[in-house]
Amino acid sequence: MSHHIVEVKHLQHIYADGTVALQDVSLTIHHGESVAIIGANGAGKSTLLLHLNGYLTANSGEIRIGDFPLTKKTLPEIRRTVGMVFQDADDQLFMPTVFDDVAFGPFNLGLPVDEVKQRVKAVLEQVGAAHLQEKPPYHLSGGEKKRVAIATVLSMSPDILVMDEPTSGLDPFARRQLMGLLRDFQHTKIFTSHDLDMVVELCQRTIVLHKGIVKADGPTLEIFNDDALLAECRLEKPLSMQGCPVCGKGR
Amino acid sequence: MRSIDGAVLDLKRLDLLATGDSVIHRLDARAKVLTTLVFIVTVVSFNRYEFTALFPFFIYPVVTASLGNLPGGYIVRKIIMVIPFAFVVGMLNPIFDRELFVRIGPFAITGGWISCASIILRTVLTVGAAFILVGVTGFLSVCEALERLGTPRTFTVQLLFLYRYIFVLTEEGARASRARELRSCGRKGLGLASFGPLIGHLLIRTWLRAERIHMAMLARGFTGEFHSRQVSGFGWRELFYVAGWSAVFVVLRMENGAQWMGRLVTGVLS
Ligand SMILES: Nc1ncnc2c1ncn2[C@@H]1O[C@H](COP(=O)(O)OP(=O)(O)OP(=O)(O)O)[C@@H](O)[C@H]1O
Ligand SMILES: [Mg+2]
Repeated sequence: MSHHIVEVKHLQHIYADGTVALQDVSLTIHHGESVAIIGANGAGKSTLLLHLNGYLTANSGEIRIGDFPLTKKTLPEIRRTVGMVFQDADDQLFMPTVFDDVAFGPFNLGLPVDEVKQRVKAVLEQVGAAHLQEKPPYHLSGGEKKRVAIATVLSMSPDILVMDEPTSGLDPFARRQLMGLLRDFQHTKIFTSHDLDMVVELCQRTIVLHKGIVKADGPTLEIFNDDALLAECRLEKPLSMQGCPVCGKGR
Repeated sequence: MRSIDGAVLDLKRLDLLATGDSVIHRLDARAKVLTTLVFIVTVVSFNRYEFTALFPFFIYPVVTASLGNLPGGYIVRKIIMVIPFAFVVGMLNPIFDRELFVRIGPFAITGGWISCASIILRTVLTVGAAFILVGVTGFLSVCEALERLGTPRTFTVQLLFLYRYIFVLTEEGARASRARELRSCGRKGLGLASFGPLIGHLLIRTWLRAERIHMAMLARGFTGEFHSRQVSGFGWRELFYVAGWSAVFVVLRMENGAQWMGRLVTGVLS
């Protein structure tokens, strides 16, 4: 299906204070692909993602989501297609209870109350947060907030899932759970992460961002085997690809 | 600042109470909003020297709060918080209005004192009713009801954002002041000098965050419409509720309930 393609052409973003966060970024992501965007702190990952649903506007360049170029007119439609989980979960939760927060999106889609209730229950169970339903979001722990934030987006069944560091702050079990969840998600997935082991497990393709430009774009394993590239971009091999320091086995 | 943070958390608790389930909670929000409006208008419409006639009106907040299972102590504490503000408003009355009103034994009470007390009492009643309304309905549903009653959408949405903004501002404020406190090593910070930049910083941060939250709302299909999970229609129950309370208010407005009760009691005794 062509309408889940994400196409970014020569994107440049300069923040108001003159910081050039993105110099010239071009990439095309096809339907059903699972793509990781990695890079050092300040490489421009979050900035790039925030363009994908029109939160930031580019200084120059073009973005197409599916058949539409991203413009003011297509924005509502595009925001329905692209589900975005922010880096900071506090920015995502704003309703008095977890239930209301997760239900916010489905209600806006115009679903009937019973269906909304069902959906909310289902996604909260998926992320393992069913027991938090009636709690206020501001009384949750960091990882719980993250899980609820992910649920708020899943509840809208987006065609393209965009996540900014989904596993940061999660405990090992929740991280596993989330990875399982992402693996089951059939549509296009794009996420940034410093969790390189997750990247190896979940993504066939990796894009390396360095100082606002795409330094590499290709199969994940190839990229993680390019030591020169990794060193230049302040990255390293995922632990799962390194020899075991304790028992000495492995590559 | 920590106490402000506490106060806001307390305010959030009010919103949380609205998720409860009781006879009052189940009523359509519009019925509760209308009744509260009638209540406020009646209470405010008394003349400025009215004092005793206001007391019977406490029946409304007391009955709704208890039927709605709101914790009494909490509501009372919230209401006490606004008394100083009401006092500031009424403070000058005793100074300017020295006309003798009643004399009880050796005490002469001037009209100024009466009207000052009346202002405080009316504030307690109206603010209390508003608090309770939010407590049994939720701010979101109140806004939704206002809209369905014909208030322009731009107004209700602004109201809702304002309400959200209070939370955002105080959350950011609490964080900033905590950071400042922790790094000032027990001294009183860097005194006033560090407050200026702190406030400026705070406003920018709040603004940016409010913007990101707005973004999160837009990203989830927000078009200026709010939906609550409570499905309810304006049925006979609601009609009865509004009409019943309104009748009580009108009667209490026409007749001085306190005097009437007094007469009843003396009538029974004699
Ligand atoms: N609102 C802003 N105003 C000015 N500069 C900004 C703003 N937001 C980010 N930047 C700058 O833009 C650059 C890219 O930031 P970005 O948040 O995209 O990094 P990132 O790759 O997501 O990093 P991290 O891994 O730490 O999340 C950074 O140098 C940052 O200082
Ligand atoms: Mg980032």
